[in-house]
Amino acid sequence: MVSTWRNMSPRTRREALEGYLALLPWIIGFLAFTILPVGISIYLSFTEWDIMTDPKWIGLDNYERMFTNDPLFTQSLKVTGKFVLFSLPLKIILGLALALLLNLKVPGMNFYRTVFYIPAVISGVAVSLMWMWLLQPDTGIINTLLDQVGIKGPNWFWDPDWALPSVALMSVWKVGGSAIIYLAGLQNIPQHLYEAAKIDGAGRWARFRRVTIPLLTPTIFFQLVIEMIDSFKVFTEAFVITQGGPLKATFFYLLYFYQEAFENFNMGYASALALVLTAIILISTVILNYTSKRWVFYESE
Amino acid sequence: MSQNSITTPRHRWRNDWWLITRKIIGHVSAYVIMTALALVFMIPLLWMLSTSLKGRWEIFAWPPTWIPETFHWENYQEAFAKYPLARFMGNSAFLVVMNIIGELVSVPLIAYGFARLRFPYKKTLFMLMLSTMMVPGHIKLIPLYNVFSRLDMIDTYWPLILPSFFGNPFFIFLMVQYIRTIPRELDEAARIDGAGTWTILYRIILPLCRPPLTVIIVFTFLWTWNDFLQPLVYLNDFNKYPIAIGLAFFRGRYSVEWNLFMAATLVSIIPILIIYFFAQKHLIGGISSIGIKG
Repeated sequence: MVSTWRNMSPRTRREALEGYLALLPWIIGFLAFTILPVGISIYLSFTEWDIMTDPKWIGLDNYERMFTNDPLFTQSLKVTGKFVLFSLPLKIILGLALALLLNLKVPGMNFYRTVFYIPAVISGVAVSLMWMWLLQPDTGIINTLLDQVGIKGPNWFWDPDWALPSVALMSVWKVGGSAIIYLAGLQNIPQHLYEAAKIDGAGRWARFRRVTIPLLTPTIFFQLVIEMIDSFKVFTEAFVITQGGPLKATFFYLLYFYQEAFENFNMGYASALALVLTAIILISTVILNYTSKRWVFYESE
Repeated sequence: MSQNSITTPRHRWRNDWWLITRKIIGHVSAYVIMTALALVFMIPLLWMLSTSLKGRWEIFAWPPTWIPETFHWENYQEAFAKYPLARFMGNSAFLVVMNIIGELVSVPLIAYGFARLRFPYKKTLFMLMLSTMMVPGHIKLIPLYNVFSRLDMIDTYWPLILPSFFGNPFFIFLMVQYIRTIPRELDEAARIDGAGTWTILYRIILPLCRPPLTVIIVFTFLWTWNDFLQPLVYLNDFNKYPIAIGLAFFRGRYSVEWNLFMAATLVSIIPILIIYFFAQKHLIGGISSIGIKG
């Protein structure tokens, strides 16, 4: 590249310099806020460090402890894994269903779009506090309504069996966020394909099955990846509502990470925890990507 | 078509009538389903509003009342007196403004570089920029905490503001995509008139970029206002808390008075709702074009 630099005319050289100048903030930020922290994180994961004294190199000990002798790690992994497996299909299917409804060609649909998207813009803290009040075992409105139809509502966040489903319920309330993305995908499907299918005698269901779904698979795939990553990173709800309880039933991975790093100041071990979560997210994404070749439909252009 | 030519006018009228009825039934049932569903989704917020206006004992009334017997508007006054809401929200507003300034200073410049200027390794750098979107935030938290603590910046707003001045990759990507849709002839015409690179950016390109700039402002507002983990890690002083942390701090402390607490929670989301209603068209456009959520 040096030779091309020399071969450049003064004008192109000047433009190149201006280009790097324009990028300078990003380059500095990239080094300072991505490369450096990730590097330090990897280093710290091989140390024991309590902030007060210097980090002590302990090789693979952190990882060994994590995988052989840390019931809290196992529990947090179990909780998070269960949550991902449980809430992900729910969110994908309900988000898609809502998007199909919002895509109906009826005047005034914009109003409903606005309404369903509201939960997605409200902060996790406000949402958590609100649901805490809604799901109070004795006085909450949900259990009161259930009571009126003769169902004894559970203790929700305060019952080890129901705490995790309660968190999932909260995340389902925010499903409008993903519905909007499906909606964009739906609206990008060329109308002529539906008309062609109609002429070929395809009914409503056949058109949905053979046109809508295949053409929507890229959006579904994208959402699957994004929602999966989000589900691995649940923190606010657990921190605000349950603090991981009851009986560690909502002891999410990031909550464990936060407690180790910023309450117990086991910075070395916490760095290892962070790296393992990153690796899990990365591997899951790669697996999803691998399966995508079988079911995601890419238009050849 | 051939069928139509056979039918008598009377038949045709009947056919039209049938089509119109079917359309009306379709629309009405769509409205009924959507309205019912919207109500279910709004129950939590409506219940929060209802609770926030009730008296101390009415919140536990059986059977529950949706419309308070008397509207206790003074709950809001009391909430402001009891929790330092004004201070928390002021802190959040300050962070929002600073973050917006940061993104507006950095993102257009960087995006312009990627979209318009020619220089070696541009493609590689662009790919690198996109790939940083995939790096999860939590992995950077411990090192950054320690870097900021060495710089003596813990318990200040610097860690929450500084990164915005180096450009958020989502926004850079959005803006690059948008600038690429602006015809290059505009730049070239300006260049012939003697305008330099930076004049072109700030006089020609930027005034045309209102849509992406709006998306950037709105999302920075939402993300900063709602951010929880970062201020939780970096701030210790109660008086510096933004609203999200401040509210969570009070959880459990006065948990009996849910009417006041729900009033406070509702107040905390009002700025978000206002900006959402004003900017929702841009917001939803932004979401669909780059797939980011609130």
